[in-house]
Amino acid sequence: MTLLEFARGPGLQWSITIFIVGVLWRLLGIFLLRTKKDLSEPRNPATWKGLRLIALRSWPRREFLGGTAFGEVMGYAFHIGFLLTLFFYVPHVLFFADVSRGLIGTDLQGLTGFAWPTLPNGIVTLLAAISIAALVAVLIHRIVNPVKRLISNFDDYFSWFVTVTPLVTGLAAFAHFAGWPYERLLAYHLLSVELLLVWFPFGKLMHAFTIFAARGATGLIFERRGASL
Amino acid sequence: MSSITVGDFLRSRGVTRRDFLRFCTATTVALGLPATMTPRVAAALEQARRPSVIWLPFQECTGCTESITRAHGATLESLIFEAISLDYQHTLQAAAGDAAERVREQAMKDNWGRYLLIVDGSIPTGNPGYSTIAGHDNLSMLREAADGAAAIVALGSCAAFGGIPGAQPDPTGAVSVADVIKDKPIVNVSGCPPIPVVITAVLTQYVTFGTLPELDALGRPKAFYGQTIHDRCYRRPFYERGQFADSFDDEGARLGWCLYKLGCRGPTTYNACATVKWNNGTSFPIEAGHGCIGCAEPGFWDNGGFYRPLSTGNWGSARTVGAAIGVGAALGVASAALARKRQRDAEGA
Repeated sequence: MTLLEFARGPGLQWSITIFIVGVLWRLLGIFLLRTKKDLSEPRNPATWKGLRLIALRSWPRREFLGGTAFGEVMGYAFHIGFLLTLFFYVPHVLFFADVSRGLIGTDLQGLTGFAWPTLPNGIVTLLAAISIAALVAVLIHRIVNPVKRLISNFDDYFSWFVTVTPLVTGLAAFAHFAGWPYERLLAYHLLSVELLLVWFPFGKLMHAFTIFAARGATGLIFERRGASL
Repeated sequence: MSSITVGDFLRSRGVTRRDFLRFCTATTVALGLPATMTPRVAAALEQARRPSVIWLPFQECTGCTESITRAHGATLESLIFEAISLDYQHTLQAAAGDAAERVREQAMKDNWGRYLLIVDGSIPTGNPGYSTIAGHDNLSMLREAADGAAAIVALGSCAAFGGIPGAQPDPTGAVSVADVIKDKPIVNVSGCPPIPVVITAVLTQYVTFGTLPELDALGRPKAFYGQTIHDRCYRRPFYERGQFADSFDDEGARLGWCLYKLGCRGPTTYNACATVKWNNGTSFPIEAGHGCIGCAEPGFWDNGGFYRPLSTGNWGSARTVGAAIGVGAALGVASAALARKRQRDAEGA
């Protein structure tokens, strides 16, 4: 079995399995926890309005802009670039369509009549490069800034590594980096994605599934207590 | 080794000097040698004695033999193929059975240590009776013939990597020549079938210089297997622009766009199809409108469906995903129940 065969076969199957098991384990483990009953009188009866925090936290507060602008800009640059690369690059879309056909017997086009749109390779390349640049910038910032350096642990650095590696290996495969054999570069790319999937549920990358729920829960508590959002 | 030179033989077949030099130029370039080597190739080839070649077909479909002997008609390449002293090839020779075997044994004896052994087809390692020639099983016949060979050419993906007979469930335990023979130089000329000019180029180099070509990690001549089909594909610009055929009869297919979405294995397949082409340089599968199936690579038959895009991989099935969901949900519920119990215990304490 070649490295590519392993990456396209058992490696992919096991990493997806671990990803699904880990994500569900952690999500259900959190969501099924018993919440302590709050016996205090709510300051604001319409506590559901606290859900506004989900959106509010996605935008910088003016009074803190000076301190948070760098992180906000880099965060958006990385996330937008990463998500567009992930969901709109042709080979990725073909993968998702194949998974969809395997799970429900059809893909988006079969369901809705509309094909999943894709981006030209040149644009995806640019987006991936922007994502990598943003990740490098935030890593440097994390290392240079004494406070961030102090509160960073292995999880932060390893999560950064497993996130940037698929982008780098993907670009390398696309560009036939240094004349290396394409199947070797493709295998590296798939293996890096598999490492990301395996690590995802057990590190800080899990925030992708918990961030909005956490913000919503915090917003509900704040609203009940009458705190300013 | 015959006393007749290759030059004598070609002249006897009416090949002109001009055609001979044209062939030498093309072969020199195909082998990755500088064009200035052409006069040396021509001089050496003309004077070379016809080498003894023993060709053993094992678990094969005769496609490799067809490819070499029939594909181009009476070209110089096929004449070079004839120019070797092909002492044994039971598909092509008139003799059969014990008579043919005696010819093989005599040729091996006369040229012991000097003959070139060509093998096409894989070798069954299960029951010896799966494939026999005149009562001899393939494995022992290969070992015996390889013992006296100067070098071996494993012709086609079956001989080079096990090929289709070795595909799952592999009922015969099929293996490649290199899996059996460890002490002889082996050149793998993979493909299902291999390109005729590749085998004639290997033979020409051997006849001319007495050497074998530079090989890649899989034992294939680098001159022909050095780049992927995707690298040299004329449809590559469409891939770069993101223009793909979605089906075999849509507008993209008619416009000749890239066949990646239709499962083309060109990006991971090393062969010279896109440059040398087939049928006297007429075309190759992608030019004919079908994606590459990666037949020159090991395990190509089991490497996912031919019509599934390369990026899809073998991610599993609804069953494996369902099982993962079940296990994940059970673990989540169990861990939450445990946490709740701890909460209650803490509150009760």
